[in-house]
Amino acid sequence: MRVAAQGGYLTPRRRRRLRETLVAIASIGVTLLGLVALTFFIGRMLPLDPVIKIVGENAPQAAYDRVYRELGLDQPLIVQFLGYLKSAVTLDLGNSLTSGRPVLEDIGRVFPATIELATVAMVIGTGLGVPLGVLSAMYANSWIDHVVRTVCLIGYSAPNFWLGLMGLMIFYAGLGWVSGPGRIDFVYEYGFEQRTGLLLIDTIMAGNWDAFRNAVSHIVLPAAILAFSAMTYISRMTRSFMAAQLTQEYIITARVKGLSWRRTVWRHAFRNIAVQVLTVIALSYAFLLEGAVLTETVFAWPGFGRYLTSALLAGDMNAVVGCTLIIGIIFVTINLICDVLYRVLDPRTR
Amino acid sequence: MTEPLLEVENLRIRFAGNRTGRDAVRGVSFRVGREKLGIVGESGSGKSQTGRALLKLTPRSAQVTATRMRFRGEDLLTASERRMREIRGRSISMILQDPKFSLNPLMKVGEQIVEAYRVHHQADQKTARERALKMLEAVHIRDAERVFSLLPHEVSGGMGQRIMIAMMLIPEPDIIIADEPTSALDVTVRRQVLCVLNELVEARDTGLILISHDLNLVASFCDRILVMYSGRVLEEIEASNLRNARHPYTRALLDSLPRLDRHVDPLRVPQRDPSWLDGPVFGPEEGS
Ligand SMILES: Nc1ncnc2c1ncn2[C@@H]1O[C@H](COP(=O)(O)OP(=O)(O)OP(=O)(O)O)[C@@H](O)[C@H]1O
Ligand SMILES: [Mg+2]
Repeated sequence: MRVAAQGGYLTPRRRRRLRETLVAIASIGVTLLGLVALTFFIGRMLPLDPVIKIVGENAPQAAYDRVYRELGLDQPLIVQFLGYLKSAVTLDLGNSLTSGRPVLEDIGRVFPATIELATVAMVIGTGLGVPLGVLSAMYANSWIDHVVRTVCLIGYSAPNFWLGLMGLMIFYAGLGWVSGPGRIDFVYEYGFEQRTGLLLIDTIMAGNWDAFRNAVSHIVLPAAILAFSAMTYISRMTRSFMAAQLTQEYIITARVKGLSWRRTVWRHAFRNIAVQVLTVIALSYAFLLEGAVLTETVFAWPGFGRYLTSALLAGDMNAVVGCTLIIGIIFVTINLICDVLYRVLDPRTR
Repeated sequence: MTEPLLEVENLRIRFAGNRTGRDAVRGVSFRVGREKLGIVGESGSGKSQTGRALLKLTPRSAQVTATRMRFRGEDLLTASERRMREIRGRSISMILQDPKFSLNPLMKVGEQIVEAYRVHHQADQKTARERALKMLEAVHIRDAERVFSLLPHEVSGGMGQRIMIAMMLIPEPDIIIADEPTSALDVTVRRQVLCVLNELVEARDTGLILISHDLNLVASFCDRILVMYSGRVLEEIEASNLRNARHPYTRALLDSLPRLDRHVDPLRVPQRDPSWLDGPVFGPEEGS
């Protein structure tokens, strides 16, 4: 039983928590609203005519006007925006002007391909980026450090699509080590049930190992190229986090105890950068989803990025605005997750 | 002086890229046994770097040379990094200035003590934990069990420094270097922390090198005092004989200490004499 004298339900600490949570929710709301507004108005300002898209170039003026009114384009911009906002809240992003299906349904269908590509890339990028960043800080100014930094500089300055084309030229056309564009060869495509839409998992679940190997040989190159830029970013950030920790006094303490440099770095310093590194990984995941746009085009990867590119080229405004909104939501969500991680994982903030 | 554990002769530390033309440490010599040696000197006089050099933990940019640097007859200058790891903590240990920064912020203080023990002693987690708890009690921490699982930010400065002492003494080193162990602490707990350190060092017959810029404090805790100035030892003197110090710098430091028998101008700064930079060293053997 709660004793009234203890301060009741809302202790100062809980009150502070509550206020922080409300502020966080409010700021997400405002961010999303701003995002919808921005994408909507940019969409309306694009020199695309959705009506012509529907009725065709040579349609009579009467048909044009009818569709124009049906789409609500005769209304003031602000009314159009409120209408869009209202349907966006109910998860209705309108219909794609090219496929005729709801934009959200289209995105749902192409998304697993992108998730799969970005996830594989992130696993590779993290697996290489974190250790390389740590090593590079640990042996600052040694040859390891110079190699890592040079590689990062290349990754930082070489555009993804160029790396993609080079990769295809060398490893697919030249050496034939990997499969070319697409996610899987046509012969395998219907040999298993697509339950998750993630081909690597679906083929394993179906026990179809030939299809699995084929899917792997398709994903390796685009994933490696995306992973390269993720690795660049992750290792650069890890290096600077680690370098900052290594000048701290507790590092000297660990050495005074008789710990080796390696153990000092991994057991003592690494703990102190773990949360920051996790945040960088989460952010790089968001960048990967975005970076997939170009890579997918180069590799004919039927994912979100290619959908967005073709929508853009076809002047499919609803799809473009919808895609932009989805990317924005992903960014906001990942940022939110990072914030929560910070609070949960760092014992000092508890 | 007791049988010397540590012998240092003509220690020099030079930092790469230093353009002042004067090295950080210039020809420092001393010996320490199972006794208490104080090193005093103003900021930048090279006290900390001297202490770090004994453990070979000077910054990477520092270049350390000496005609002799030995621990129990073993040459430290040529000792491998692997050998140094055995020496650090187990034979020579060091207490750093500020527990706020010198403890790992994300590791339970108890774990940090356990680790210090297990680096040098074969012991399972449970035995080591018991040792650590005993050590916490030895530094006068009540409810050691509770403190064991606290994080550094949850303990006060005074307690943090006692934890540091426990951690650095648990492997039972022969010599402990305490680099300004109390200057980051609240004035009210300084003496208490020093007493804890003193008590343990005396009980275990550990050699102590106490680094400080407070001549008064060093004089009351140590047997012998080295007065450093600009990378050199100006005078080495028994604490009991401090009144008869002959170097003008030591005299100036003494004169600026608060006294009962006469008025001391609290704002007077000792005048420096450029001749001290390379002038004669006043040792205990010459004179009196
Ligand atoms: N990392 C470094 N790089 C270059 N010079 C350094 C470095 N660390 C110390 N020094 C130089 O070495 C000299 C001695 O420094 P040291 O830390 O030993 O002084 P100290 O006597 O301990 O002073 P304090 O009372 O401020 O701790 C200083 O003059 C400083 O300029
Ligand atoms: Mg110092």
